[in-house]
Amino acid sequence: MTAVATDVAAPGTDSRKAGQYVYIAGVVLLCAWVLVPLYFLLINTLSSPETVNTFPKRFVPEFDMGSLSFFAGFDGILTALKNSILVAGLTMIMSIAIGAPAGYALSRFDFWGKELFRLLILLTRAFPLPLLALPLAVMFIRAGIDDTVFGLALVHTTLAIPFAVLITFSLFSGIPMELEEAAWTLGCTRLTAFTKVILPLVLPGITASAIFAFVISWNEVFAAAVLTIENRTLTAFLLQNLDTSPLHLKFAGGFILVVPALIFIFAVRKYLFAMWGIANR
Amino acid sequence: MAIIEIKNVAKRFGEYQALHDINLTIADQEFMVLLGASGCGKSTLLRIICGLETATEGEVWIGGRRVDHLPPKDRGISMVFQNYAVFPHLTVFENIGFGLRMQKLPNDEVTRRVERTATLMHIEQLLKRYSGELSGGQRQRVAVARALAMEPDVILMDEPLSNLDALLRMEMRAELKGVLAESKTTAIYVTHDQVEAMSMADRISVMHQGKIVQAASPIEVYRNPAAEFVAGFIGNPPMNFITAKPEGGGKYNVAGHSFDGPAANSELQFAIRPEDMKLSEDGLSAVAKVVEPLGAHLLVTCELEGNLFRAVLDSELQVNPGETLKLAPMPDRIRWFDPNTTLAVA
Repeated sequence: MTAVATDVAAPGTDSRKAGQYVYIAGVVLLCAWVLVPLYFLLINTLSSPETVNTFPKRFVPEFDMGSLSFFAGFDGILTALKNSILVAGLTMIMSIAIGAPAGYALSRFDFWGKELFRLLILLTRAFPLPLLALPLAVMFIRAGIDDTVFGLALVHTTLAIPFAVLITFSLFSGIPMELEEAAWTLGCTRLTAFTKVILPLVLPGITASAIFAFVISWNEVFAAAVLTIENRTLTAFLLQNLDTSPLHLKFAGGFILVVPALIFIFAVRKYLFAMWGIANR
Repeated sequence: MAIIEIKNVAKRFGEYQALHDINLTIADQEFMVLLGASGCGKSTLLRIICGLETATEGEVWIGGRRVDHLPPKDRGISMVFQNYAVFPHLTVFENIGFGLRMQKLPNDEVTRRVERTATLMHIEQLLKRYSGELSGGQRQRVAVARALAMEPDVILMDEPLSNLDALLRMEMRAELKGVLAESKTTAIYVTHDQVEAMSMADRISVMHQGKIVQAASPIEVYRNPAAEFVAGFIGNPPMNFITAKPEGGGKYNVAGHSFDGPAANSELQFAIRPEDMKLSEDGLSAVAKVVEPLGAHLLVTCELEGNLFRAVLDSELQVNPGETLKLAPMPDRIRWFDPNTTLAVA
């Protein structure tokens, strides 16, 4: 009786164990996939230009600010950095100003064509940017907003709005309608109920969605490269100088681009999950 | 201090008619319960009175003032929601004082009223907490305190106890009834729980398919249901029905026995409550199918001419399934319904 039991149990535990190994290996591999390049980026940024250009590579950073100071001193880089911040900031403001009301309307009102509207919002991401870039460039030149921070921010806002709408939609949906109704019965108008009850509850999420819009703009390179010439953003600037600039400049530039995005995404990860309906709290 | 008058209120959601021509007057300081199964329109009616929903037709008057065009805040009402709707970003104190702050009352007045209602609801020790730190019962108390602090003319409650567990519900039921009677406000209370309705109401409006079937005192609704729906809905177990054939001269044949009935000489439904029957040799013969000893009494489900027929008997009795019982209905407790209109016939 016991013999039979162990005979049956043994293959089960074996395969479960094997499954666990595969699972762990998968997790390690995926983590390595993301973390190893980031680690090399970090090492090379924090090394002197000489070390960066020699071979073999070191595996520990030497904490030399040579590469970073070279990067800071490189002609035009600070203007590009300033442009990046300006464009991303503008994108952030515009996408929230447009996206949050849309998210609120989607979650609170029933209107004709609501489902179509939701689909259309997602569809804006269905057209590859290269396809839009040329007509956009022509339109921008005609409108006189080509090669401006505002013009580029407009394009980035278009890219960020679907996410802003989706995130805020899920935020507003996560707040029970009764809270708003309770506020109305307690003496609020629609506006004061929003500012006194809804806004305090969604503010962290709105901030997250704003930061996400910032990151989208910060990382975007194609539109930035096509639509600007003088007022390049950092990504476009680095792309432009890709074949001419020294290796340590690329590493330092890459690092400066990655770090804010990483920090921001990490800070708001909870709300990005909320966007997919995994967690509303 | 407010009489509520609902005049010819109807509500349509597209093709669906949620409410048909509702007319109801609720007296000052009355505790009115809207009772019905889910989807009967009771919550819609409450939301129309509250102003969260607009009626397609009809008028709502509160305290002699027509209010159906006013937003909720101008109607002199306050509402308690089913899932409490306690603001999570505010303390219990600020929750209860929320409406008072909106009225821009001075600080000491807000404090005085918050503390008074908190004491009334036994939550004075929770004033500094947030709703996340409260149990369901405590949140419910906060919601009621918040509504009472407004000192409204009318307090509206939408199934306020249905999210609580059974024991807590019973406790809150009694407490709520006491607090509301003391506050002297008119109250409208929506529930699907007939025990809640019976125990709390001054008057019950039984709703079915968007209509008020009967509006009367709990005992009247129980004893003299106006329609078959009310008879079947109120009372646990519900009333028994048997088809009765007219024999002429106000006599009806019910399962082989003759009973005195209304003068209407047509087929009727004979109805009797399960507890209104005695064991007697000249009673109706019913075969016991299921015997449930419930402690206080014995619930026997019988079969009588192919119909289910329930009897509530003394718990001392020994009844076995398959046994034939002789059940004699108490003559003054027999009710009659017209099978065509489903209404009661006297």
